[in-house]
Amino acid sequence: MSDQAERIEVGSDQDVVRVRQLIRARAVAVKLSLVDQTKLVTAASELARNTLVYGGGGSVEVTSVDNGRRKGIRIVFADQGPGIADLDLAFTDGYTSGGGLGLGLSGARRLVDEFDIETAVGEGTTITVTKWCR
Amino acid sequence: MTLSADEAARFAALLEENQEALVAAWTDRVTTSLRGRLSHAELQRQTSEMRRAFQQALAGAAQDLTTEAAGELRAQLADLSATRARQGFTATETAVSVFALKEAVLNVLDGSDATTLRDYVAFSSFVDEAALFTFDSYVRVREELIADQAEQLLELSTPVVKLWEGVVAVPLVGTLDSARAQVVMERLLQTLVDTGSPYAIIDITGVPAVDTQVAQHVLKTVVAARLMGADCIISGIRPQIAQTIVALGIEFGDIATKASLADALRYVLAQTGKKKGR
Repeated sequence: MSDQAERIEVGSDQDVVRVRQLIRARAVAVKLSLVDQTKLVTAASELARNTLVYGGGGSVEVTSVDNGRRKGIRIVFADQGPGIADLDLAFTDGYTSGGGLGLGLSGARRLVDEFDIETAVGEGTTITVTKWCR
Repeated sequence: MTLSADEAARFAALLEENQEALVAAWTDRVTTSLRGRLSHAELQRQTSEMRRAFQQALAGAAQDLTTEAAGELRAQLADLSATRARQGFTATETAVSVFALKEAVLNVLDGSDATTLRDYVAFSSFVDEAALFTFDSYVRVREELIADQAEQLLELSTPVVKLWEGVVAVPLVGTLDSARAQVVMERLLQTLVDTGSPYAIIDITGVPAVDTQVAQHVLKTVVAARLMGADCIISGIRPQIAQTIVALGIEFGDIATKASLADALRYVLAQTGKKKGR
């Protein structure tokens, strides 16, 4: 059912669209407000694209979570790409190693409630984000 | 395993001698697998043409499908796959049309000695090869269809409309990826030249997710339009989009943004009114 973890392999732009659609559906299912839905979908769009563009593709896993008081959505973005050497720099607004605006990673952190990043140079990056219903 | 010249010749003869029985059995088998979605007469025509192509290829001592003698057969198979793919049949249903020949041949094959068996195995692998070729052609045609549709969709979803004298609008609907952003920018800039409009409104009401990539494409389009002397207004900023843009940290600078297309048009008309008044 919709409580189960769902996984999407991200290997192309179309997959990023599928990630957005899946997360939109899951966010509606746990009754996130329209603003929070949009924020979560946008954050997921940024992070999934990072997985694709900088991580060279990877996977996105979505689970519905419940901490007893509130429901929420947890998303894990994992890739086996080059990793991030300087996290402080990567989280600096406007810094990009690609051709983007340099707001994706830092912006996504501001769009969600919990943000956790694990990265090792040469091994890959795993980002876990959670958004709770208010 | 390839057909020897002898085997090919024997099967060419077999296909010639038993043509009526073969075509009938083959057609029946295909008709069943397609569950009556193509008429019996139509299928009979197709199978008898295919039988002829197989017979010619084998008579020309084609040992496998890549040889010169099998040229006609390859064309015939590719044609069949293309038709089936366009008519919406599945890959299996297409391949079965070829595989069914094996069963049909088995029916007319008499004798159970070792030679017959060896012959049949060799012939069977030739048919397998033909079916695989059909499968490949089928996939290729389907991919072409999908590419065509994607292109048509790109064209469809990016109209530039004239809203008022001197005001053009681009209502963006759907996902704004790099390919579409490029089409939008080209269309908009060309329309600005063609109509000599000093104002352009980019409406993002229909874009479900406004992320940094979308923002970047929109910003680039605005800058390009400005370089050509046109003022750009971004409209369709819904409340949730506005909050998301703020959280992301995207800045639109001095670009005018409005909540709705109507607001944007009112704004433009006020601007032009001011200019006339001066």
